[in-house]
Amino acid sequence: MAAPGIIVVGGGLAGLSAVIKIAEAGGTVDLFSIVPVKRSHSVCAQGGINAAKNLKGEGDTTDQHFDDTIYGGDFLANQTPVKAMCEAAPAIIDLLDRMGVPFNRTPEGLLDFRRFGGTLYHRTAFAGATTGQQLLYALDEQVRRYEAEGKVHKYEGWEFLSAVVDSRRVARGIVAMDLRSMALRAFPADAVILATGGIGAIFGKSTNSVVCTGSAQSAVYQQGVYYANGEFIQVHPTSIPGEDKLRLMSESARGEGGRVWVPRKPGDKRQGKQIPESERFYFLEEWYPKYGNLVPRDVATRAIHKVVYELGLGIDGQAMVYLDLTHIDRATLNRKLEGILEIYEKFVGDDPREVPMKIFPGMHYTMGGVWVDNDQMTNIPGLFAAGECEYQYHGANRLGANSLVSCIHGGFVAGLNSLRYAKSAPAVEGDSGAAAEIARQAGINKELIHNEGNENPFRLWRELGTTMTEHATVIRYNKGLKQADEKILELLDRYNRVNLSDKSQWANTSFAFARQLYNMLELSRTVVQGAILRDESRGAHYKPDFPERNDEKYLKTTKASFTGDISGPRFEFEAVDTQFIKPRPRRYDAVK
Amino acid sequence: MPTKTVSFEIRRQASPDAPAVWESFELEWRTGMNVISAMMEIAANPRTRDGRETTPITYDSNCLEEICGSCAMRINGRARMACSALVDNLEQPIRLEPLSKFPLIRDLQVDRSVLFQNLKAVKAWVPIDGTYDLGSGPRMFPQEQEERYPLSNCISCCCCMEVCPQFNENTNFVGAATIAQVKLFNSHPSGEVLKEERLRALAGDGGIQECGYAQNCVEICPKCIPLTNAISDVGRDVVIQKAKDWLRG
Repeated sequence: MAAPGIIVVGGGLAGLSAVIKIAEAGGTVDLFSIVPVKRSHSVCAQGGINAAKNLKGEGDTTDQHFDDTIYGGDFLANQTPVKAMCEAAPAIIDLLDRMGVPFNRTPEGLLDFRRFGGTLYHRTAFAGATTGQQLLYALDEQVRRYEAEGKVHKYEGWEFLSAVVDSRRVARGIVAMDLRSMALRAFPADAVILATGGIGAIFGKSTNSVVCTGSAQSAVYQQGVYYANGEFIQVHPTSIPGEDKLRLMSESARGEGGRVWVPRKPGDKRQGKQIPESERFYFLEEWYPKYGNLVPRDVATRAIHKVVYELGLGIDGQAMVYLDLTHIDRATLNRKLEGILEIYEKFVGDDPREVPMKIFPGMHYTMGGVWVDNDQMTNIPGLFAAGECEYQYHGANRLGANSLVSCIHGGFVAGLNSLRYAKSAPAVEGDSGAAAEIARQAGINKELIHNEGNENPFRLWRELGTTMTEHATVIRYNKGLKQADEKILELLDRYNRVNLSDKSQWANTSFAFARQLYNMLELSRTVVQGAILRDESRGAHYKPDFPERNDEKYLKTTKASFTGDISGPRFEFEAVDTQFIKPRPRRYDAVK
Repeated sequence: MPTKTVSFEIRRQASPDAPAVWESFELEWRTGMNVISAMMEIAANPRTRDGRETTPITYDSNCLEEICGSCAMRINGRARMACSALVDNLEQPIRLEPLSKFPLIRDLQVDRSVLFQNLKAVKAWVPIDGTYDLGSGPRMFPQEQEERYPLSNCISCCCCMEVCPQFNENTNFVGAATIAQVKLFNSHPSGEVLKEERLRALAGDGGIQECGYAQNCVEICPKCIPLTNAISDVGRDVVIQKAKDWLRG
């Protein structure tokens, strides 16, 4: 029998991890990515990667990491896969170290660890403040090695459009579009792994990269895959607002001692440095004395919202608070945080070693995603998912520095299980449905290119982003969420009148974008409607009208399935696996 | 009061074979505007300065934080990343052109895959035994990490190759980025096992001897990578390797 051939879609940490496991175990891989894989969004991760290595004499354990993750996620995550991830994490760090990641070191030459949010331990390994970049490069290099050996074939500059699903509802490959010639092609595979990241673009501006549209997840959702916990969206407390995007200011700034504050006097006109200590309100430290500035992200984000919108204490009356590093010496800052300080310097023009940074929360991470089982397989056999595009490791709120470990671990699990599946997969019948899927996609393309109307896809997208950010991020009301759903319906209707100013068939980026936009619109409804149905507050999902967590009714995974109907997705709810840690109230103003 | 505006001149080319044309745009100025947000604005309202309908600009971009290396182009003649090019710091009209040393795809988008091919040729990786649990990696002092980390910050933007007078079809020079990666992997305790192969890959045609020490690379690098140091260090190692190989016959 020939070696199993697996398709991996997405070349970030999760995708590349899957590729490496498959190639190492004797499989061959076709790797698809919109951008050259070395330019994937994982490079944006800054602060570090968690693993309970206990190298600081604190008695940290993988059990403690597991508990922090489940507690941080407000008990919504299924515990079996999270436990496995925390147990695998120390060996993942060792592996990355062996691959040559330039992790920061202690004087003795061992790995250094720093603190991050939602834990009291030094558990985060880091490479300056560009850890994601360094990790991605290490995996990219290993994949290049397999590419040189002929085990991996890259299709960079190709966009996944849909899965090829046969008459028995088994995944048999994909249809992808060459983003230069705009040609469609079906690629067969024994199994397919999606590793396509988050959905930031649905919120217009976010900390995500341009390619993080959720288009691939939406495409398979429209083909029958469940989309789970869509309503759980992480808004990072510290980002730098910009015209084109919100740039992340890593949690590691606080991990290394950064302090968040506002002037006590509303509308204080003085420069931050001029305001004396006694007139500064370090609200996180006052409200959460135990965790201080390192409360989990959802807690910090809501606190900043409260300070700005309820107490009216934003800097100079604006929606901004200070993140202050100026009390830390320059040498330490340069050694541990240089990458992010440079970002602030380049994009804002001030030196954060000298003046406190001005920051505000920004949409950052997608906790929900494609539903998968403990083997990372979706409800379409042969179709797997790993990384941010799936839902299972972070519950209702992700802890900082857990994303990198979940991507790599999930990619490894998906890679191995896809091979195992492929070896015993049922035989293909006929052409596996490829011809019909190509025809369906060609039909969509033809309709879009010949559409008459007066709508511009980029303007529709801006309207979507504004609506989603207003109604479906930090604070949610059912009334606003319903308005958002109506707005999405309006945009779906107007989408029918999209008229592309560029009707060419060569490197037509607005054409590719318009296709993504449709998928964004469909997926947005799972976020908004899922949020409407969940009348409680849990992790990142916060409704002032229902401020408490309600385990009796809502300790459940939300599963949305596509109906094609104007009313939107159909929802069902699945019990959460809580077999190891009994749910308890989540509070960060005291020791848990 | 008239609104403050920003003017752009953008070099357009519909396909590799099509003629290049310049289009002018005038956009409303906004706080914190960069070259990328300007092109996003053009996509949402694709009209030239004189009101003629046109198409959105094709360009590469992804992270918009100067860490993915996608959006390199020539801005007012200088190779740099478009995301970190703040409009307020640029002389107007702001001229946007594609990098000139790489095959053009469309407008400001070019094909830079040659760098990834070069990285393959010099085996820019640590040849690990496997991904299973083999215990911790080699010990490394902070001083060594501080040497390696800057080299590992290369974002593959190819600006160093664009500005290098020796990077052209006549020399087939690999360029500074690849040489710096050779230094990075040769300095790793297990990566070093492939040191000789990497040096030999740089010893032949298009190798390190093509460098003319113009030093444009180190001056243009958006990540301030010590490229010329890497070239001298690797150059010395290549010479030694050549001598060894010659002696071995």
